Amino acid sequence: MTTAALATKVARPRTRAWTVFGWFAFLFLIASQATAIAISPPDRDMGDLQKIMYVHVPSAWMTMLAPLTVLVFALRYLWKRREQDDLLAASAAEVATTFAGLTLMLGMIWARPTWGVWWTWDARLTSTLVLFLILAGYLALRALVDDRERRAQWSAAVGILGAINVPIVYMSVRWWRTIHQMQSSPATVDPAYVLGLRLNAFAFLFVMVFFIHRRYEAAMIERAAEHAAEAAALGGSST
Amino acid sequence: MALRDEWRRARAIAWKDLTTERRSKAGFNSVVVLAVTILVLFGFALGPDTQAIRNAAAGEIWLSALFAGVLAFNRSFQLELDGGALDALILYPGARRAIFAGKLLGNFAFVALMLTIVIAVGVVLFQVRVPAEWPSLLAILFLGCVGLVTLGTFYAAMASRSRAREVLLPLLLFPMLVPVLLAAMEGTKALLGGDIMGDAGAWARLLAAFDVVFLVATLLAFEFVIEV
Repeated sequence: MTTAALATKVARPRTRAWTVFGWFAFLFLIASQATAIAISPPDRDMGDLQKIMYVHVPSAWMTMLAPLTVLVFALRYLWKRREQDDLLAASAAEVATTFAGLTLMLGMIWARPTWGVWWTWDARLTSTLVLFLILAGYLALRALVDDRERRAQWSAAVGILGAINVPIVYMSVRWWRTIHQMQSSPATVDPAYVLGLRLNAFAFLFVMVFFIHRRYEAAMIERAAEHAAEAAALGGSST
Repeated sequence: MALRDEWRRARAIAWKDLTTERRSKAGFNSVVVLAVTILVLFGFALGPDTQAIRNAAAGEIWLSALFAGVLAFNRSFQLELDGGALDALILYPGARRAIFAGKLLGNFAFVALMLTIVIAVGVVLFQVRVPAEWPSLLAILFLGCVGLVTLGTFYAAMASRSRAREVLLPLLLFPMLVPVLLAAMEGTKALLGGDIMGDAGAWARLLAAFDVVFLVATLLAFEFVIEV
């Protein structure tokens, strides 16, 4: 039996239910985008440029949610010491990095025509960038540590500290920019845009959950292949 | 009683580290020379405009300390690993956080001394006027140094035992240090400018709060980092 075949036999984390869920998530995303674009009137100042909100804002929300998922699984790993929690935390971190990068990119595309610049040292932008870098550090740590247990424990510690740091970074860059000024309140959203945003928030949530699970499946299969290779190298019967 | 024992262990480790440094001096000297070199390079980057250099003095001093400090943090664990001494340290009875506290104390003394030299050079090179509120400035420098060394020592405990440690430590440490560095730089800048707006106190309190949060978090998390 080949290692790959054995791996699928051992792991088999990929179930029909998740495939169905994945299809549902993507169809729901397409439907939500279409609905939001169709029902929202063009913005008074930005015109149709406003439509980018339906990808940028939900993506930003997932950028907040995904690191929280890392925190939860990292804490659960240190508590229960199950390898699955470590792999789930790692998968969530990968997805969090992706969403943080996506949010930054979409924000820049939006900022260029509306603000006239690609980047400004605003608290939200700066803290999202720092969050992206913290997550990149987490992934680098995982890539550079080979020992399995060591990688799991270290990345749990780094994930937890990083998650603690995220709100601190946000507040500190806000104070850095605005220590003398009053904070301007976020503009209230017109009801015409609320439904589109809500639908897309759920669509992005489903996509995020699906992505995390898919990365987790891949990690489980890789892990099973490693186990199988070890067993084969030791000369034991690997069937 | 237990806490007093831990304190004694931490002091012993710090003393051992500092004695090693004092007897060889090679590590400390090269790190200080590097810090001063970075300071000079900042001077070139900001041009011959004295006013521009002086306005950026707080940032230049802290960044020089940061870049040079990274080497010190990795080194403090690297010396243990080279001698195979870290395993022995871990095998000794008592809580592992005493090892962390000891490394922290040793690194703090190292970085504080380096920072003192960097500031002396910076004051001369950048024509910085030492403000009348220099005791407050010392407090900010102390608090900033605690934050820098706490996170630096914690991440070095991992990075120094991984592949590509030279890259990994800055990659992990720099983004995490953003709040500490921001508060330290802004506080220092305010004081060097005479603290006209009166926000140095606010930055100092913020810095103290960050220090407490990171000290507690790293002391708790170190157990998981060192045991594997």
